[in-house]
Amino acid sequence: MRAATAPRDLAAAERLIVLDAADPRGHRLEVATAGELARYVAPGDVVVLNDAATLPASIRARRPEDLELRFMGRDERSWTALLLGAGDRTRPTEARGPAPLLAPGDRVELDEAIALTVEAVEASGRVARVAVPEPEALLRLLALRGAPIQYAYVPGALSLFHVQTPWASRPWAFEMPSAGRPLTFATLVALRARGASVVRLTHAAGISSTGDAAVDATLPRPERFEIPATTAHAIAAARARGGRVIAVGTTVVRALEAAAADGVLRAGPGLAENRIDARTPRAIVDALLTGMHEPGTSHHRLLQAFAPEAALDDALARAAREGFLAHEFGDAMLILGPPPARHLGARRRDVFLAGRLGLA
Amino acid sequence: MSEEGLSGKVVVVTGASRGLGLELARRAARRGAKVVMVAREAAALEQAARDIRDAGGFAVPLAFDVGDKEAIHRLAQLASELAGDVDVLIHNASTLGPVPMPLLLDLACEDLERVLQTNLVGPFRLTKALGAPMALRGAGTIVFVSSDAAVSAYPGWGAYGVSKAAADHLARSFAAELGSSGVRVFAVDPGEMDTAMHAAALPDADPTTLARPADVADRLLAMVERAPRAPAGERLIAADWGRA
Repeated sequence: MRAATAPRDLAAAERLIVLDAADPRGHRLEVATAGELARYVAPGDVVVLNDAATLPASIRARRPEDLELRFMGRDERSWTALLLGAGDRTRPTEARGPAPLLAPGDRVELDEAIALTVEAVEASGRVARVAVPEPEALLRLLALRGAPIQYAYVPGALSLFHVQTPWASRPWAFEMPSAGRPLTFATLVALRARGASVVRLTHAAGISSTGDAAVDATLPRPERFEIPATTAHAIAAARARGGRVIAVGTTVVRALEAAAADGVLRAGPGLAENRIDARTPRAIVDALLTGMHEPGTSHHRLLQAFAPEAALDDALARAAREGFLAHEFGDAMLILGPPPARHLGARRRDVFLAGRLGLA
Repeated sequence: MSEEGLSGKVVVVTGASRGLGLELARRAARRGAKVVMVAREAAALEQAARDIRDAGGFAVPLAFDVGDKEAIHRLAQLASELAGDVDVLIHNASTLGPVPMPLLLDLACEDLERVLQTNLVGPFRLTKALGAPMALRGAGTIVFVSSDAAVSAYPGWGAYGVSKAAADHLARSFAAELGSSGVRVFAVDPGEMDTAMHAAALPDADPTTLARPADVADRLLAMVERAPRAPAGERLIAADWGRA
């Protein structure tokens, strides 16, 4: 599938393929537009957004030379960065020159005032953890000199405006949690008019590609998240009345399922270390709005928790035939899965099925 | 707004290095708000923030030009990270354009564009960046500082007046769209104040006839605290409000 090579203007007109895999006897496909999302949402459903803003997470070091840092993780005292060498964003990551060899104790100078000390370097040499005792200084520097992480298939320079969802708030994401990109405020209004509630959480979306297959295999890394109490309540209320939980983005799936380790969704901060795939029994999320994900990626493995591979293959093939575009500025897929395996009991399943049969 | 008023609320003030903006920042900090101060002049801004912190208040200086599109999300992200989810956004930064202020027929086209960028398009962009999360959270207040020049046509005030008239209508339009979302939007005419901007526009004015920016700031903040009870999209006159 071709990649979308630039941001697009008319979010509501972007394509949407709906894969209804809720019935184990067979799946159905429908082609629509992102603006029509409300048609596939029922009264009583809850739509969950990731409100993380996308940081300008790429910055070139002053010393060593020929070093680009793409920040990809953060904890209380240190940040993790992908190290890329010769070349720039117009060169595919796998074709970038090797990063300078760094060792613990080395200093990476970002400007006259800021030098970060390397704490650890992974075996690949491509990922380093650096000590950041004063996050404010680094954040201010990124705000001044950083650029959004971008890939070679997007030739034009991206501005920070291009990589935010409409409701982006806390700057936790290292790359855009792009599933929300095709949604407009008008669509959110339509969802509410339809009787669905729209709530938010914040999840630190990580980077999608490192240029090194071995490092790519370690993605996604642990990502921090925070679920407001109001969101947890809204989700519990929706499930109690038989409504579906519709996640906008794989980051939301990851956060909600991580926060519901024992089947009960807990509000508050957390760290998502879970890998979601075909074997994962979902506890919370019924449906997922996401982008076009190719087989072999961690995103695609997550989709298999919602629909069997054959159904996903069918959907991707149909999307490709219809000219859908891939990657962060591309088109979207809505996957309606069977109800989560761990649920509140028979009453909810019956209400769910009744609701499904009542939909046109 | 709750009974505690601005205490603990995150308030963003643009044009905060001097004049009304500086007083808004100082007074909001005294009321317990966490103030984010935005202005172009880094040195004056940082000193002003230091003064507020020395007095026990919370102030974060962000030296950015609100008329610069690339600056908007950068400053919005820093505000969110360093102060918290933004509760109140006060669009105070504005430019007169060239001074002495020319007649419209003498005004360079590019100067009109620059005035509109700072006074209208910048606040529009910043409202998108900070107002959208407010709408999703279901709460927030956005204030556009206006001017009598938005309503009356004074010769020489064309660029500024046009931009302020448009900003007033932007406030009304946002209010109409966000009304049911819990976000309050209104414009405030502060009246003529004894500030450097006023002196630049009207050097012969008698300062004793002008309002003190600190007084206007108090009135404006009182409006913000009582915003839930004011009709949405209204254009308010500072002189009509008592100080809280």
